[in-house]
Amino acid sequence: MATPRFWREIPSRYNLIGTKCGSCGTLDFPPRAVCPKCGRKSVGKMMKQKLSGIGTIISYTIVYDAPSSFDLLKPYVLAVIELKEGARLTSQIINVEPGDVKIGMRVEAVFRKLGQEGEAGILQYGYKFKPVTGQGKSPATA
Amino acid sequence: MRGVAIIGVGETQFGELWDRSFRDLGIEAGLKAIEDAHIRAEDIDALYIGNMSAGKFIEQEHVSAIVADYAGLADSHLPTTRVEGGGACGALALLQAYAAIASGLHDIVVVGGAEKMTDVGEVKAAEILSATADQEWETVFGATFPALYAIMARRHMYEYGTTREQLAAVAVKNHRHGALNPVAQYQKEITMEMVLNAGMVADPLGVFDCAPLSDGAAAIVMCSLDRARKFCETPVELIASGQASDTIALHDRRDLTTMDATVVAGKRAFHRAGLTPADVDVAEVHDNFTISEIMAIEDLRFVKKGQGGPATEDGETALNSKISVNTSGGLKARGQPVGATGVAQAIEIVRQLRGEGGKRQVTDAEVGLTHTLGGTGATAVVHIFRRVR
Repeated sequence: MATPRFWREIPSRYNLIGTKCGSCGTLDFPPRAVCPKCGRKSVGKMMKQKLSGIGTIISYTIVYDAPSSFDLLKPYVLAVIELKEGARLTSQIINVEPGDVKIGMRVEAVFRKLGQEGEAGILQYGYKFKPVTGQGKSPATA
Repeated sequence: MRGVAIIGVGETQFGELWDRSFRDLGIEAGLKAIEDAHIRAEDIDALYIGNMSAGKFIEQEHVSAIVADYAGLADSHLPTTRVEGGGACGALALLQAYAAIASGLHDIVVVGGAEKMTDVGEVKAAEILSATADQEWETVFGATFPALYAIMARRHMYEYGTTREQLAAVAVKNHRHGALNPVAQYQKEITMEMVLNAGMVADPLGVFDCAPLSDGAAAIVMCSLDRARKFCETPVELIASGQASDTIALHDRRDLTTMDATVVAGKRAFHRAGLTPADVDVAEVHDNFTISEIMAIEDLRFVKKGQGGPATEDGETALNSKISVNTSGGLKARGQPVGATGVAQAIEIVRQLRGEGGKRQVTDAEVGLTHTLGGTGATAVVHIFRRVR
């Protein structure tokens, strides 16, 4: 992904900044300019809000065929996670054996390298998720 | 609105066609359709082309003008338009043509769909396909297109008890149908064991759960229903269409196991047609992955929610059973040159309703349906067709 395109979204990718609708209070991630529930009423009332980074796995897969930039990670776990504030996102699950991942597992956000632009390009960072301590077997401690 | 009919169809072989260019394929399909419709080039009022990503696959944009040009139509100065909506682009091109004729803007329209996918390597092609998901919030985090469908499959298994074998049954059935289709990319039957033992792409989806990369083109000639008999002895009416959209990212959907865009597009189409799912004899649904067909037959209300797996395993969707689904072999076996898909699905329904299905003919087929998806279900298009008596 081109550097400016990645750079523009850094606040959300580094710090899980979403938006809270000033009209109905719904939290969205990534940030939205218009609340999907309130429509026009919400315009100009969407406030930035940092999300907890604590959530639950709704579903997941173990990816074996991936783009070349993810070659070193294969196989890796990719999941849809519901944050405790209600918003959902897609992220990798790390620090766990893929076979130990379960729907319903509690996970927390950590800051990791996501990729880089080309072979010698700028490094791109963002969130991945790991099991909340005490769940699953971490390869480091298993 | 006036009635709209399909009076001519034509398609190329689907497959890895190293010796054929995008132009070659588009022209072959178009000329076959025009020949089938018994029209002259000067009868054509407009051309709509469904194409997902020629810019990335062959580094060529503006393909609608190219197809018209190399079909020898440059001097006619036809209005030509390319339509894009992820994997649904062919079905959307058909919808544009339908609207143009129904409204009276045009009388005779050619709809084409084409994709040339094998000029790039497999990894690059997979990346291009993934671009119909959310690049900012899905793929950058490692989501591939099969991975997103695998996430749906896992949740479907969790909520409804759908099994690996039931997913595999979709691929086995569609290969069995594809073996009866002379333009299919794979005209070979496969066994349940082959599907279950194949390498994993994104667990629980293996290689045989995924439709292939393909080259191919398909074309249709349409005109107003009142003039259809003048050109064609067996016109097929496009009686209704429904189109719907949803969130671009899978994670923002209300339910990972239901494509609301399919549900809504289906309801709109059935409502406009004055028909119900029980009236449909033959359906081509978007089986880019095995889970997609299971969700599609549920979301179109051919079976109850959660029953897509058991119904497929019990053979209810096989040729000449309760409802014949993907008699062409579907995207899985016929192949999926993305832009051609929606048009090729419609061609299969036209052949079935004309009684030209050959070995895969559905007995007394009266009503047919196509269902086409863009992305992970951010776009869905449903068309309903009926034999003209």
